[in-house]
Amino acid sequence: MSDLTAPSAGNDRGEQSSLSAHEAGTEDDVRDWIALLKPRVMSLVVFTGMIGVVVAPGHLHPILAFTAVLCIAVAAGACGAINMWYDRDIDAVMRRTQSRPIPSGRIAAGGALGFGIVLAVGSVIVMEVAVNLVAAIVLAISIGFYVFIYTMWLKRRTPQNIVIGGAAGAFPPVIGWAAVTGSVDLIPLILFAIVFIWTPPHFWSLALWANEDYRRAGVPMLPVVAGAKETRKQIVLYSLLLVPLSLVPWFLHFSGALYGGTAIVLGIGFLVCVARVYRDKQDEGGNSLTNDAPARAAFKFSILYLFILFAALAVDRLIG
Amino acid sequence: MADFPRPLVGTEADTFRRRRRGRNLAIVLVLAGLSVLFYAITIVKLVQH
Repeated sequence: MSDLTAPSAGNDRGEQSSLSAHEAGTEDDVRDWIALLKPRVMSLVVFTGMIGVVVAPGHLHPILAFTAVLCIAVAAGACGAINMWYDRDIDAVMRRTQSRPIPSGRIAAGGALGFGIVLAVGSVIVMEVAVNLVAAIVLAISIGFYVFIYTMWLKRRTPQNIVIGGAAGAFPPVIGWAAVTGSVDLIPLILFAIVFIWTPPHFWSLALWANEDYRRAGVPMLPVVAGAKETRKQIVLYSLLLVPLSLVPWFLHFSGALYGGTAIVLGIGFLVCVARVYRDKQDEGGNSLTNDAPARAAFKFSILYLFILFAALAVDRLIG
Repeated sequence: MADFPRPLVGTEADTFRRRRRGRNLAIVLVLAGLSVLFYAITIVKLVQH
């Protein structure tokens, strides 16, 4: 019974009640530790990493392939935990993020950082030992890119944060490919480029309707810095780049008509969605008068787009 | 004067025990899973060589 105690002292960040409860261990739950890993982001990362493994030429034992995908997933989760640790101040003022485990006081910031570091280091070591050095190096670079380049450097400094930081999320197919082949070739770099170019329209669609949150937190997202009108234009421009880029694997005969046809249909759908975002009813500043319904729809469709596009590539390779 | 922690009582203590049990169970499952995974990786590596 001696450990069932709650401290009466708070901390220097004014989190007295929640931190007291946390230190007693009454608040944090397994679900909170899972939430630190950003499972929804992780699912897309795992999927694209898995596609990298599936479409790569060569053979990797299923257990080693599973290990490679697991390492990608754990590394993505580690990035999420470290990101939540670093961004705990802005998470606390954004409506969308203020119920996360750290700002709500259910998990101590230091605990989240330690959790993230252990998972990041562990995933790279296991990748090297079980799979190969190249995959481990690319995995380590992707973690470093997300944590240091995106989270700590770009996110709070430039409206281009998502453009350059998007590279971090584009690494998984390259890692998956490297896990099988032990090298990085043209095709995984094209898959990297597809996710890289897909990220700005995907994220800016979200930023359009979460604009107020980012403004309050002082994060220089494009809609905050350049306005909604410019953001709508940039979404269209990146989407116009994305659609032809998605056809490159077909042009290079890496995939067949199934993928090509799917990419064309999805591309048309994507362009229709972003055209609606561009033509949304708006005031003079470009702010939506429809509660950003087209941007919300474009955000949802962009997730579906990437899932189906990559799934089509894998199916095409498997049956082709 | 030392600032002694306040003892947990009643439902607070029950909640604490339930959550600690949940965390312990999760750690056991993760460790067991890792043990199985590392064993499987070792066997695969041995067979491949």
